[in-house]
Amino acid sequence: MNSKRTAALMQQLVYIGPALLFFGITIIIPFVMGMYYSFTNWNGVSGNVEWVGLDNFVKIFTSDRAFADSFWFTTKFTIVGVILTNLVGFFLAYFLTKKIRGRNFLRTIFFMPNVIGGLLLGFIWQFIFIKGFATLGDVTGLAFFQLPWLGDEVTGFWGIILVFVWQSSGYLMIIYIASITNVSKEVLEAAEIDGANRFQVLKNIMVPLIMPAVTVCLFLAISWSFKMFDLNLSLTKGGPYGSTESLAMNVYNEAFLNNRYGLGTAKSLIFFIVVAVITLIQVRLTKNKEVEA
Amino acid sequence: MKTKSSQSASALILQVVMFIIAIIFLAPFYFLLVNSVKSLGDIMVNAANWPSMFHWDNYSKAWELTRFPEAFTNSLVITVISNLIIALLSAMAAYRMVRANTVFNRIVFMIFVSAMVIPFQSIMIPLLQVVGWLNVNNSMVGLILSYLGLGIPLSIFLFHGFVKSIPLEIEEAATVDGASSYGVFARIILPMLKPMLVTVIILNSLWIWNDYLLPSLILQSPELRTIPLATFAFFGQYSKQWDMALPALVLGITPIIIFFLSLQKYIVEGVAAGSVKG
Repeated sequence: MNSKRTAALMQQLVYIGPALLFFGITIIIPFVMGMYYSFTNWNGVSGNVEWVGLDNFVKIFTSDRAFADSFWFTTKFTIVGVILTNLVGFFLAYFLTKKIRGRNFLRTIFFMPNVIGGLLLGFIWQFIFIKGFATLGDVTGLAFFQLPWLGDEVTGFWGIILVFVWQSSGYLMIIYIASITNVSKEVLEAAEIDGANRFQVLKNIMVPLIMPAVTVCLFLAISWSFKMFDLNLSLTKGGPYGSTESLAMNVYNEAFLNNRYGLGTAKSLIFFIVVAVITLIQVRLTKNKEVEA
Repeated sequence: MKTKSSQSASALILQVVMFIIAIIFLAPFYFLLVNSVKSLGDIMVNAANWPSMFHWDNYSKAWELTRFPEAFTNSLVITVISNLIIALLSAMAAYRMVRANTVFNRIVFMIFVSAMVIPFQSIMIPLLQVVGWLNVNNSMVGLILSYLGLGIPLSIFLFHGFVKSIPLEIEEAATVDGASSYGVFARIILPMLKPMLVTVIILNSLWIWNDYLLPSLILQSPELRTIPLATFAFFGQYSKQWDMALPALVLGITPIIIFFLSLQKYIVEGVAAGSVKG
């Protein structure tokens, strides 16, 4: 009996031990340390770490203009980004599940930007915005291409949005396609026979049936856009004058540019709480809308 | 009732519209490729037209200046090793947590799943300190170690759902035949996990191969640079010299595009399977 228990304990250790060990070292320990550091004035270099209580949080909420700005920028970016990527992703999926020539080829094209990392994509688009758009503007005379792309706050914001949508809607499209394919053809046909028009079928039958995919896609789009960093870095570096600085970049700069690690960890803790709360609320809300088919 | 001709007309319009959208999606690649073989003067005059002369030597210069073979090898080594360890450890842990459904294991699983919400930025600052304590800063070991912890939660989550669907009877039969638990896992469970293994490896590969932030924090030596790091350093140096920067970007995206095009069926399926609601 005793040897059986040792064997079970051994198995537990062999199967779960390594995963738990690495997870503990790289997630749990830093996470707990971060909580502690957010109440200190640690500068990242010296061993001199002083407890400062809530000072960092008071500073962040009362006198840190850049943090408030980056928070607002990220919120706007998330709202616009989530809506647009999901709309584009859904409608690409909607049309690509209809009888259409070159379906697979089209899916490949729409998904392709997604396999390239945000950093390289941002650099590619920097060229498109600066040189490509300028040339298109000369050739076509369209005002859209003649804007000072990435040069001011507005074009910086929409520039990042454009690349973000181009990059991520293909991923969401794949998820929507998988879900739409599962909706039974009979249900849709029955609705059409009953006299529902195309829009009614879409709104009242299709969307409720693919709600699980909507939950997942909203979740993914929210976390991508709220944590956006690479595109930000490679397209605008947060400029001009910090007007397009995302939260993730603000946290990064506070720690590694200003060497205020204590303040940086306090910001990262707030960042975590906001991400956790938003995603939990979103999943709760959309899950309630899911129906059994 | 719609008539047949109006239906086929709308189908035609849809067809045309989809191809136009596809062209818009592809346009950035056209600009990138066409201009990567032009002289700088040519790019400045007109970035949209076909090259008047092909400067293939742009590529050989970029190849050397970015030290592309080195960066490619680094990216490959880091991605492959991290992937193998993450997949194996996650499969083992998920298997045990499903089969030994104790309170402890349920709590551990909950912690793994909850950790998926933690943004990387919320742990990166102290993580660097931990890496420093372990004396693996500025090394591939330190980077791979960090990827293990970061990659394990999602992978465990995916395997966990999959193991639950494997019927217990198969294992019981093997146990009666005298196989040990480890033997059952290695010879029976692991092969059955293959579809999910493909998904896990694909999702982790895309992530690790393209990741910029973590390697930028851990690796300082130029000879350890991955493709994103090498591209970043190069782009900073040659930011307005598009005849250098563009071929470097093409080189940078080529491996992952080839990977995607040759495995696209699995990648697309992997993405769909990896997004099962949780």
